[in-house]
Amino acid sequence: MYNTTLDLAQIRADFPILQRKVNGQPLIYLDNAATSQTPLPVINAISDYYKHSNANIHRGVHALSQEATDLFEAARKKIQNHFNAAAAHEIILTSGTTHAINLVANGFASILEKGDELIVSALEHHANIVPWQMLCERTGAKLNVIPMTDEGTLDMEAFDALVSIRTKVVFVNHVSNALGIINPIKHIIEKAHAVGAAVLIDGAQATPHLVPDVQALDVDFYTTSAHKICGPTGIGMLYGKEEWLRKLPPYQGGGEMIDQVTFEKTTYADLPHKFEAGTPNIAGGVGFGAAIDYMNTIGFDAIAAHEYNLMQHASEKLTQIEGLRIYGNVPHKVAVISFNVEGLHPYDIGTLLDKMGIAVRTGHHCCQPIMDFYQIPGTVRASFAFYNTHEEVDQFVTGVEKAVSMLR
Amino acid sequence: MSIAEQQAEIVAEFALFDDWMQRYEYMIELGKSLPLIASDYKTDDHIIKGCQSKVWVHAELEKDKILFTADSDAIITKGIIAILIRVFSNQHPKDILAADTAFIDEIGLKEHLSPTRANGLVSMIKQLKMYAIAYQTQLT
Repeated sequence: MYNTTLDLAQIRADFPILQRKVNGQPLIYLDNAATSQTPLPVINAISDYYKHSNANIHRGVHALSQEATDLFEAARKKIQNHFNAAAAHEIILTSGTTHAINLVANGFASILEKGDELIVSALEHHANIVPWQMLCERTGAKLNVIPMTDEGTLDMEAFDALVSIRTKVVFVNHVSNALGIINPIKHIIEKAHAVGAAVLIDGAQATPHLVPDVQALDVDFYTTSAHKICGPTGIGMLYGKEEWLRKLPPYQGGGEMIDQVTFEKTTYADLPHKFEAGTPNIAGGVGFGAAIDYMNTIGFDAIAAHEYNLMQHASEKLTQIEGLRIYGNVPHKVAVISFNVEGLHPYDIGTLLDKMGIAVRTGHHCCQPIMDFYQIPGTVRASFAFYNTHEEVDQFVTGVEKAVSMLR
Repeated sequence: MSIAEQQAEIVAEFALFDDWMQRYEYMIELGKSLPLIASDYKTDDHIIKGCQSKVWVHAELEKDKILFTADSDAIITKGIIAILIRVFSNQHPKDILAADTAFIDEIGLKEHLSPTRANGLVSMIKQLKMYAIAYQTQLT
């Protein structure tokens, strides 16, 4: 059951941090693409875990250890159901998206050969570029880049031309973190599969706004971080198709990931534990599960509708400011507005907004190639969440106007 | 004017303002009136690392004093470096090295002093002092 409208007063009451002041002003938090805020049900789940059930998992015979294991595995099950993975063991709990991408890239080191090719997009976060560059250095594989258009979308004709039998892995974000554009991943996955290449989708910026169905997408790997969807930091997930997870070697060695250890030979544990060396972030996993429950109680249809309204409202008002340009202003995007004002540095605008209690992100957003493309030092990025209000958007726009008039 | 006198003068100017907006407007004004660095010096060698905006600083010795010039692509950063230049330029290297920077706190810009702050005020002060160390060695 999805609500069609959100009870914002009720929702905001779930987020204690939204009641605080910053620089003497009520906080207006519009940096949700960097990290989302944490609602009480998630905070309570973490706190309850430590108060009642804290123990190491998968090992102990005692009651607490069993309880903690059950909680952690229940969270994995929630994540599986949410993303519609075929099996719970296809969900690897990682420290976040960056860890998940490194795990996969590292695994391909034993599969790739010199002359193989990888395809990345020009819109990627550095976390979805650098691990693959490191892989190329190790294996001699070649990194090809899908170029972007002036609108901020991917040049799909160029992508089609890049795909060949030499292509082994394609990795693209579902939604660009710097611009908010939703990429045509379905087409990318189909095209890559036609030549037998694997596809990894970085979903860190998509999962706060929509629910990807990994089976319907037929994606090989999908990653996200819990803190983008109202969960805690330091926990995230890697979805991998079972056949791929079996093919990849373990990433880190240690406890939890082993079957038998002798000094002659160690055999590895079965999925998912093969990729979960050491004591995991148990409380984080529990919080991740609680966050998914919370988001689903609100309902993703209602979330998407409300955020879209906020973004439309903000776009309409912002574009009335003289010299303001929104980057990646296409219809198919999530609630992110990345902009600059002619002649002004994004850092100056961000600093003045902060003095007014408004949190936005400024800089290159870990996407220097995009900034180089537009030949700008960075942008101001306002990213909206379901708990933001129209009044906040109005105050944000007034704040930008005030900052611009001070700086000009 | 000595470094301490320059600092006292700036503190007195900022004391006239009631709120953050006036303080920032004044900083923006200082930034706009900063004498620009010669474009020859706006190279990567002169960039101060650790700032979200670009900051270039050039230093030269005139007799026994250091003259600083600087520029930034962000106006608030330029205002901050303008304040630092007013305090530290045309001073003897040993005085620059001995000076403290508590006045930053007094003019209500304490938040910029955090080492993690993206504008790199700490990096700017460090860079000015590095020049002072270099020229101090030359003088002795």
